[in-house]
Amino acid sequence: MVSLAATFGRGAMTNHWRDIKNADLILINGANPAEAHPVGFQWFMRAKLDRGAKIIHADPRFTRTSAVADMYLRIRTGSDVAYFGGLINYVLQNNLFHDAYVRNYTNASFIVKDGYSFKDGLFSGYDASKRTYNIATWSYETDSATGFAMRDLTLQHPRSVFQLMKQHYSRYTPEMVSSITGIPVADFKKVAELVGQMGKPDKVMTIVYAVGLTHHTTGGQLIRSGAALQLLLGNMGRPGGGMNAERGHANIQGNTDHAISWEILPGYLRIPAPGQKTIAEYVAASAPKKSDKNSWNFFGTNYSKFMVSTLKAWFGDAAKKDNEFAFDFIPKPASNASWMTIYDQALKGKMEGLILSGMTAASIGPDSNQVRDALGKLKWLVVMDALPTTSSEFWHAPGVDAASVKTEVFMVPTTHWIEKDGSFVNSGRWSQWKDQVLPPEGQARHDHWILADVFQRVKKLYQSQGGKFPDPVMALTFNYKDATKPELDEIAKEINGKDLTTGKQLASFALLKDDGTTTTGDWIYTGSYTEAGNLMKRRQGVQDPKANDPTGMGFFANWAWSWPLNRRVMYNRASADLDGKPWDATRPGITWDGSKWVGDVPDYPPTMDPHDPASWLPFIMNGEGVGRLFSNSMIDGPFPEHYEPVESPVANPLHPANSASPVAFLYDQAAGRPNRFGDAKEFPYIATSYRLTEHEHYVTQHVPHLVQLQPKAFVEIPYELANEKGIKNGEQVRVSSKRGKLEVAALVTKRLGALTVAGQKVYQIGIPIHWGYVGLSADSDPGKGRYWLANALTPFVGDANARTPEFKAFLVNVEKL
Amino acid sequence: MATKIKAGESYGFFTDTSVCIGCKACEVACKEWNELQGNNATFLADSFDNTGALDAQNWRHVKFVEHVPDKPATEGNGFAWLMMSDVCKHCKQASCMEVCPTNAIIRTEFDTVFIQQDVCNGCRNCVAACPYGVIGMNSQTGTAHKCTLCYDRLQGGLEPACAKACPTQSIQFGPLAELQQAADVRLAALHSQGQTQAQLYGRDDKVYGGLNAFFLLMDKPETYGLPNADNAKLPSRNNVGGYVGAAITAVLAVVAGLVAFRRRGEAA
Repeated sequence: MVSLAATFGRGAMTNHWRDIKNADLILINGANPAEAHPVGFQWFMRAKLDRGAKIIHADPRFTRTSAVADMYLRIRTGSDVAYFGGLINYVLQNNLFHDAYVRNYTNASFIVKDGYSFKDGLFSGYDASKRTYNIATWSYETDSATGFAMRDLTLQHPRSVFQLMKQHYSRYTPEMVSSITGIPVADFKKVAELVGQMGKPDKVMTIVYAVGLTHHTTGGQLIRSGAALQLLLGNMGRPGGGMNAERGHANIQGNTDHAISWEILPGYLRIPAPGQKTIAEYVAASAPKKSDKNSWNFFGTNYSKFMVSTLKAWFGDAAKKDNEFAFDFIPKPASNASWMTIYDQALKGKMEGLILSGMTAASIGPDSNQVRDALGKLKWLVVMDALPTTSSEFWHAPGVDAASVKTEVFMVPTTHWIEKDGSFVNSGRWSQWKDQVLPPEGQARHDHWILADVFQRVKKLYQSQGGKFPDPVMALTFNYKDATKPELDEIAKEINGKDLTTGKQLASFALLKDDGTTTTGDWIYTGSYTEAGNLMKRRQGVQDPKANDPTGMGFFANWAWSWPLNRRVMYNRASADLDGKPWDATRPGITWDGSKWVGDVPDYPPTMDPHDPASWLPFIMNGEGVGRLFSNSMIDGPFPEHYEPVESPVANPLHPANSASPVAFLYDQAAGRPNRFGDAKEFPYIATSYRLTEHEHYVTQHVPHLVQLQPKAFVEIPYELANEKGIKNGEQVRVSSKRGKLEVAALVTKRLGALTVAGQKVYQIGIPIHWGYVGLSADSDPGKGRYWLANALTPFVGDANARTPEFKAFLVNVEKL
Repeated sequence: MATKIKAGESYGFFTDTSVCIGCKACEVACKEWNELQGNNATFLADSFDNTGALDAQNWRHVKFVEHVPDKPATEGNGFAWLMMSDVCKHCKQASCMEVCPTNAIIRTEFDTVFIQQDVCNGCRNCVAACPYGVIGMNSQTGTAHKCTLCYDRLQGGLEPACAKACPTQSIQFGPLAELQQAADVRLAALHSQGQTQAQLYGRDDKVYGGLNAFFLLMDKPETYGLPNADNAKLPSRNNVGGYVGAAITAVLAVVAGLVAFRRRGEAA
């Protein structure tokens, strides 16, 4: 999400599931949609069957997605920057980019400051002792009079983004791509030829990815490399195009939007930093800056309105102009608080207790054994879940002496999503309301009722006993019919926000103000629950396609509600040329009809004439107004560069001296614990972890019909390697890393196999993640699933930007048991 | 679904294996609707198949056949890793009907083959006779069970659960004539794309007079464990071959037994 925001301005799938049917070419990297998203995959098949679109799947394994792909490429896990970088090089060297789009809709013409450099794997500004970059040189040369960035629309300036990019990727020759990825040169060239066609205005390609790109120490840059390719081909903002992130849970997009990550507030407002005393200081440090005269800089311009309205929703009358709208009520964390950091802190003995809701820490994080140690160092642990999890049961897991675990564990039974109403936000940003299907069972309570009850009790304690800084707790608005049982309908209405003067629900975030007269719980959802009602409940769909989808592009504007403002394809101003005509008349996004924009909900002022010299540029969320090929919003480099995973069997063929990411976050090292990384001598095989279609993470271990379909923990072993090691299909094997081991069955297959990387033969092992010591499979296993946690193997390291763990590339050994 | 379901018309499935993604939603939807428990969970180490076979508890079964070449680049296109959602074929000339002594097995008003549970006497003739191994015995009821083509749903005007759950339209339900037409179009498209090995199975009358649940296959029927047109014989018509085969098997068994005993003697 970080990388999409750094490139286009918003962190979400740019198009939506149904839109994939509009593509001519579908690149799938780091994703396995046929297995992880079988229902959404129908639109890939429609593109293939109805349009003759080609699907190219690059993946370490031949999966059920590859099975229907036109082309499958066995790629080394984590090497997709080289793949996309090679495609970027091919497109630039052969002038196959979409010229008008690149000149006008990207920052190719922007001139970078003198002093920026890239040498031997390091960008300018590297501080080896801190393992960080000073990014001062990664910015534009500015006009001293206006403060705006200098541009050269001829793209000839040697320090233009275009020329720097061309130079940067010139190293990514087909031979280099092959050496890094393992894809044979001839096959890579075939892909390049197909992709090279997609820069024509009447062609469009989509890139679909999932956590196979994200879960690396280079995750952000893996995604950005695809995003940059899409900008060069002019495929952003268009139906059938985009950079499309598939989310792994029914509502993970909603979670992200509502600030599941520590570094943001709802609606991707940045978390304030220590020292910021006023809204003005906060906005100055957080909001994008306008860097071109034709840039609307919509986000930056309105940042304070969104922030003030959020504070008004949270603190009501206590948020006033003269107290900076209670800005000092919200935390300003001085250090990172991402997922791994929580367990790192627990390991250091700095955490007293932890509440887990909707996930099981003992399974989902890297290095499960270390996470289990961390849970064991807590004084108390609360697990809110509908069913037992590896976290609620960690204290008596097989091999654990329950008496030695001092952590007091509370299991608080919650309702399942089928037992409550509310919304799911899918990958394509559609917020779809659902009804309660079954009544709750037993003592189960909704998660939000439990939290509301806890909050009321905490508040009472403050009232009766006092305490440090009670104000944020006492002032928090809680205007629900029952303060311990808020209804989701009430919360949805509150999230939309209202005009305090009229008391009416707001129809758009454009109406939010920073004078304290409006509220919103999450500005990007303003417009979802208006005076017309809960728009997320709308269901005007395929029962009447002519009426409900008049353009045939699959927008279905009256089906549920899509953020922002019910737009189905983001950045859709870029779907039309400078005159406002669609690049491809058969696949219009929005069109200028002479007086207004028609089609999808425009990501642009609805009546802004494109011929007006003052009209805005298309990427309204970016300070530049255009898409960023070069971005200083990533702290590990302005251009994506291939780095090896932290554990790799080869040195980086591009720059062996700086092989892995120089800024990846090494938790153990930073905490003074020894790093536990394996080398290829002891752990010669590359491993990657993933899901299977038959299970949903860990929760389906309780569902008999699904357990029957995949009943037991296993790993996938390449046929050739199994022969070498005398491992027969179905036999038990031990898979070990520097951190832990699995003892599971081997599924021997030719769907995985050898690769030649940097002149060496390497094998990749596949590790499905679904098993642990809880559930039906574990219950029926003689060893009770003791060595079934896939994440026992994975390293405790994070990507520099988002601290995302490297679940998808690490080293293991395999032995026959 | 636009199809109006009317008694007196022929219905069936067209299962297009070229677009199957092996998600097994059909298996689960079938079990959920028909209240089948399924069998004990067993890891079969047979690609991604852990169901194994059609039987009394499994009325849809996704077969997986791996033909993926061990190469760093290859084509998928529905033939490298074959996936086929198998089901009762609802044969026009159904072996099970032919051998059923109680007439428990009937053709319904939708032209599907249905076992009447209250008439079945549990003789197992149909289990042995089905050339596709579709039918199994339910140990609790003591009767034979198989896919009903969701007879109850059809009576209520609903398409079968598996077809409804299939995300890629690999399983299509409808009037037989319409399905046959759709299959011909799809086959022609695949042939025009150079996939000449694609073929329809049971679309014409060469196997068991034609199948109401017919398939588009991406390889020979034998690859999927299906009898080809030469081997598809009704029980009454292959008695001679059957007896000859049984006799040869018996002779071979005796010889093999002798060999085995001799070897054991050597070892001892």
